[in-house]
Amino acid sequence: PHHVSTNSGIFSVLRNEDLKEMLESSKESLKLEAMKRIVGLIAKGKNASELFPAVVKNVASKNIELKKLVYVYLVRYAEEQQDLALLSISTFQRALKDPNQLIRASALRVLSSIRVPIIVPIMMLAIKEAATDLSPYVRKTSAHAIQKLYSLDPEQKEQLIEVIEKLLKDKSTLVAGSVVMAFEEVCPDRIDLIHKNYRKLCNLLVDVEEWGQVVIISMLTRYARTQFTSPWKEGATFDENNEKAFYDSEEEKKDQVEAKPYVMDPDHRLLLRNTKPLLQSRNTAVVMSVAQLYWHLAPKHEVSVVTKSLVRLLRSHREVQYIVLQNIATMSIQRKGMFEPYMKSFYVRSTDATHIKTLKLEILTNLANEANISTILREFQTYVKSQDKAFAAATIQAIGRCATNISEVTDTCLNGLVLLLSNRDETVVAESVVVIKKLLQMQPTQHCEIIKHMAKLFDNITVSMARASILWLIGEYCERVPKIAPDVLRKMAKSFTAEEDIVKLQTVNLAAKLYLTNSKQTKLLTQYILNLGKYDQNYDIRDRTRFIRQLIVPNEKSGALSKYARRILLAPKPAPVLESAFKDRDRFQLGTLSHSLNIKATGYLELSDWPAVAPDQSVRNVEVIEPVGSLPSLLLTYSVAVVHTCRIDSQNCYFTVSYKSLSPQLVSVNIPTFGPVKSHELLHHMTGKGLSARYHFPRQPCLYQPNMVAVQVTLTNGSDHSLEEIHIGDRSPASLNLHCFNTIERLEPEASVTVSMGIDFSDSTQAANFQLCTKDDQFSVSIQPAVGELLMPSSMTEQDFCKEQGKLLGMNETSATITLAAENSSSQSLSKQVLSVANVGVVSSSENNIHRFAGRTVSSGALVLVTAESRESSTALLTINTDKSIMASMLLRDLKQALAQA
Amino acid sequence: MIHSLFLVNASGDIFLEKHWKSVVSRSVCDYFFEAQERATEPENVPPVIPTPHHYLISVLRHRIYFVAVIQSEVPPLFVIEFLHRVVDTFQDYFGVCTEAAIKDNVVVVYELLEEMLDNGFPLATESNILKELIKPPTILRTMVNTITGSTNVGEQLPTGQLSVVPWRRTGVKYTNNEAYFDVVEEIDAIIDKSGSTITAEIQGVIDACVKLTGMPDLTLSFMNPRLLDDVSFHPCVRFKRWEAERILSFIPPDGNFRLLSYHVSSQNLVAIPVYVKHNITFREGSSQGRFDLTLGPKQTMGKAVESVLVSSQLPRGVLNTNLNPSQGTYTFDPVTKLLTWDVGKINPQKLPSLKGSMSLQAGASKPDENPTINIQFKIQQMAISGLKVNRLDMYGEKYKPFKGIKYMTKAGFIYINWRLLCSSSEWTLAHKNLY
Repeated sequence: PHHVSTNSGIFSVLRNEDLKEMLESSKESLKLEAMKRIVGLIAKGKNASELFPAVVKNVASKNIELKKLVYVYLVRYAEEQQDLALLSISTFQRALKDPNQLIRASALRVLSSIRVPIIVPIMMLAIKEAATDLSPYVRKTSAHAIQKLYSLDPEQKEQLIEVIEKLLKDKSTLVAGSVVMAFEEVCPDRIDLIHKNYRKLCNLLVDVEEWGQVVIISMLTRYARTQFTSPWKEGATFDENNEKAFYDSEEEKKDQVEAKPYVMDPDHRLLLRNTKPLLQSRNTAVVMSVAQLYWHLAPKHEVSVVTKSLVRLLRSHREVQYIVLQNIATMSIQRKGMFEPYMKSFYVRSTDATHIKTLKLEILTNLANEANISTILREFQTYVKSQDKAFAAATIQAIGRCATNISEVTDTCLNGLVLLLSNRDETVVAESVVVIKKLLQMQPTQHCEIIKHMAKLFDNITVSMARASILWLIGEYCERVPKIAPDVLRKMAKSFTAEEDIVKLQTVNLAAKLYLTNSKQTKLLTQYILNLGKYDQNYDIRDRTRFIRQLIVPNEKSGALSKYARRILLAPKPAPVLESAFKDRDRFQLGTLSHSLNIKATGYLELSDWPAVAPDQSVRNVEVIEPVGSLPSLLLTYSVAVVHTCRIDSQNCYFTVSYKSLSPQLVSVNIPTFGPVKSHELLHHMTGKGLSARYHFPRQPCLYQPNMVAVQVTLTNGSDHSLEEIHIGDRSPASLNLHCFNTIERLEPEASVTVSMGIDFSDSTQAANFQLCTKDDQFSVSIQPAVGELLMPSSMTEQDFCKEQGKLLGMNETSATITLAAENSSSQSLSKQVLSVANVGVVSSSENNIHRFAGRTVSSGALVLVTAESRESSTALLTINTDKSIMASMLLRDLKQALAQA
Repeated sequence: MIHSLFLVNASGDIFLEKHWKSVVSRSVCDYFFEAQERATEPENVPPVIPTPHHYLISVLRHRIYFVAVIQSEVPPLFVIEFLHRVVDTFQDYFGVCTEAAIKDNVVVVYELLEEMLDNGFPLATESNILKELIKPPTILRTMVNTITGSTNVGEQLPTGQLSVVPWRRTGVKYTNNEAYFDVVEEIDAIIDKSGSTITAEIQGVIDACVKLTGMPDLTLSFMNPRLLDDVSFHPCVRFKRWEAERILSFIPPDGNFRLLSYHVSSQNLVAIPVYVKHNITFREGSSQGRFDLTLGPKQTMGKAVESVLVSSQLPRGVLNTNLNPSQGTYTFDPVTKLLTWDVGKINPQKLPSLKGSMSLQAGASKPDENPTINIQFKIQQMAISGLKVNRLDMYGEKYKPFKGIKYMTKAGFIYINWRLLCSSSEWTLAHKNLY
């Protein structure tokens, strides 16, 4: 073959010469063609390193495709041609300063991919600079570059951690996934860097790209196991101890701490809550990572929320099924109940690959209990007939496991397996023998018939494992089959030399046991077999033979041991435990490579045990506490006060307000805005046969349910007789959720009464239709809310406002420039107009020309942020940020109208 | 994360390699080839294989193994999902994902792989972004490129990557604005010999083809959203809105995409729209067997059952068949023993049937495996679950788009499993005794 390789060598040299020529030509198209061919060579795994000098010259080409292909080449061969690679560096350094963010990013990408140690300081500088770049895309690239530099030079770790720390603070969803990835590679043990960013990461998670979500969720799982206490403690103990503690002295209280009921840290809850929606992701890796998070972090009764999604993944590709089934197998050992309702999803299909079938079988076996075992066994019977013999054998093993785990079916299974002994397929028979052997060992007394039956089959069975099993059974219970056992030994003596090792060993065992129990008939046979064994090729068999001979045949040298031969060989033996191969897999975190392989993979990070006492929770606090204002200013800014209770009747509002530092989450404060109240007609007295009704929105929090809008209805009797039993009748749509006022028994002529109701409009301006009934009549009426009434003011600092606004950009932003009416140009009147249109709260603003208002939708609590920026010549830019885009456009229309009104 | 990628064809040749970090020698694939040799079927190669220094995670699609080389702990599904995304992208770009297509477009493949991963971590996997970066090859473009020397690589920079709506290109313009939605449902059922259903599930998807100008904001509502038991969304769907109102609200990607896949709960009774009458018998001692199969529609609400295809793996003892189809064509492969019958459309007035005899190997005893019958079909204009779209509204743009919704039901696999309960009365009796 030597001359062949020289030939091809010459050939490639020639080709390389051609390519070189093309690369050095002045024509762009020729260069590009050459580069394409070179990339083709690289893809095939051919060596193209000789062309390095010719290729690297084109690194600064204007043609984008050519340039990109040169990058591909450079990254591939720079490691081998370090000196030449340095020639290209200045090009990238220049590009790092380009005004276009994408060019800066791509330059950093290539520069950091060139694995040449000499440029480490240049890379470090570039990363540091990029980490503070204004463009989040460039910052993302720098997070990727951190890992590359770290693998090139681990010495840089400390400096890189500083960059990671800086990037972890980044608020962009684009950066979050990449920097957490860098964190996991470079400094996964620096949990302290996460504290201050924990809540932010939880809140950003839904908007991070899917691959980043997987990495963040896996990191947060580890984090949570170090910071929170276990939610798995059984039964919260709430007894008199607690009450006593209330009166007891401080010292004793400390002793009672452990008896306190478990309360989940709000941050722990935050993580569980914010990851749950991701179970609906189309990305199977995301779904799996949420599932493992719930498995490792959620209270036991909450874990089952992941079941349905995991079962859904079984409809995905074969490889996905494989991993998901492995994880379900581990879960189903501890928590049968989670998957039992979905048992049928694990039924095997004839098109499944063997490893999928085996895993499904494993899960079905784990799920078996007294109630479903007959269904499962019926299913297993069809599997035994499968053409896939390896799978049929696995099914027989599974039947054996069911038989040992559920004592009610042990006999059924045993009988079934005995029937299988007459199966035509040898693998099935052999496997049945092996399993029967294990089952008989559990209750040998009444089964000598089965042993006899197996002894009869012995001649026809050729699978060595099965033969060995039968020999062992006969030996172990030789006293129960006294006639058959010596005969089997006789046959074995004849065929001994032709048997497999494992069968030979069991033959020696059988001989020894028979020698002890029935030496009269078997002495000679045993000696013959021991002699054969003595000269066997296999040292194991020779050793065993020597040992057995010393043990059972007494001579002067054998000493005390042979006295105990009977007790040694015929000791009662514990039955084997048939258990799942997945039994101890839960030592690995679910969803990991290590779990999948059941060995600790390189770089696997242990999940720590829950701490007994939670570390300081305040490390995660990041909010800056602002100075507290006086009550009037509070009504304008609502910045820090928390309203505890709020009681309202139709005339007055009472607030109980406490001033305390703001809890970490935004607290929405429902304080009515004192704007003008517009009342609307509900029922005209002409149509209402004298009964008239008007309604208005008091803009108070609804007392009945927080997701309802409060409505006040004033009913007036304009007729000349009293009206009785005024109440609310049918509503449409029927699902309309409204809180009726109590039936008014009697309304005298000319009298009026005001009642309050609550209506859940579900954040839509669709009218709520219902019937207003009196004793004799029914009137269909409807309440149509203006979009502004579907909101509740929300308290917020300017800083929070901007932060939240930052999350609601793009498709969630609606804006328009409007011309203000002359009266509305002052900032006071502008605020007043906005507040009259919408029930929002004023957010204090540090800029005079910008007015900010914040609210939440009553029903779903979605943020609605309104910004009005007044500009020259009495125009203003109105911006609304909310994910309720329809509401935004309607609100914008209403505001426009109100502000442009003369 | 992902160190290298090797593409291996059915005959075990590596025909493409790509490295994102230092080069890993292709000899690492030897461990993969070993596993491949051990596997009886191509599908039986384990997806995760440990080697002394690396881990190999592979997917098999279109008879090509995509083998990723991993050096340290990573969730295996992360890699598997990514590899499938790669295959989807190739399919999207080249129409097919075959060895020939990949070799013909090796430069585009390389450019794609370069953009999809940075240092082994996924960077751009959205088809919209990739298409802005690298234009898919067309015959015309290839010709023009060869003549003028212009390129496949997009001139403009991928702005989508920077936006909060990364799945949508900016500046989309169409003269005809259209939005089409296909509701496609698949039934997957196992039916036993007596005709009763063991399991039946409906899995549905809504595939969309949206060609709308600008930044349209769409909402899609259903008449009966409660049917949807378990859903997974394209990232464009606003999850909160679905939670609160059961309305799909989204800014769509441009072009084709899968909006939603769902599962109809098995609590709802699934009506199988086709029934099968069958009688397949082998007599002990005789070298002949009888085969009799009739198909008929049920509960199709007057819609025609089309593209019906029946297949069955006959027992190994069957030498040949002599069957007579009342319509369509049938084939029997004497090597694989696979019987396929391309029925076509079911006419309720004249039910299609396949009857005749099977010849058995002389002297062979009666085959004991009962064949599985596998049926595939399509029903246009009907979603078997009864799911109905209520309305589609567009906000954010002024023009009136053309809207269309299509329904279709497919049988994924209906196995008519001949689940003969064990021939022994002892088995079943014992079960009964349990209760």
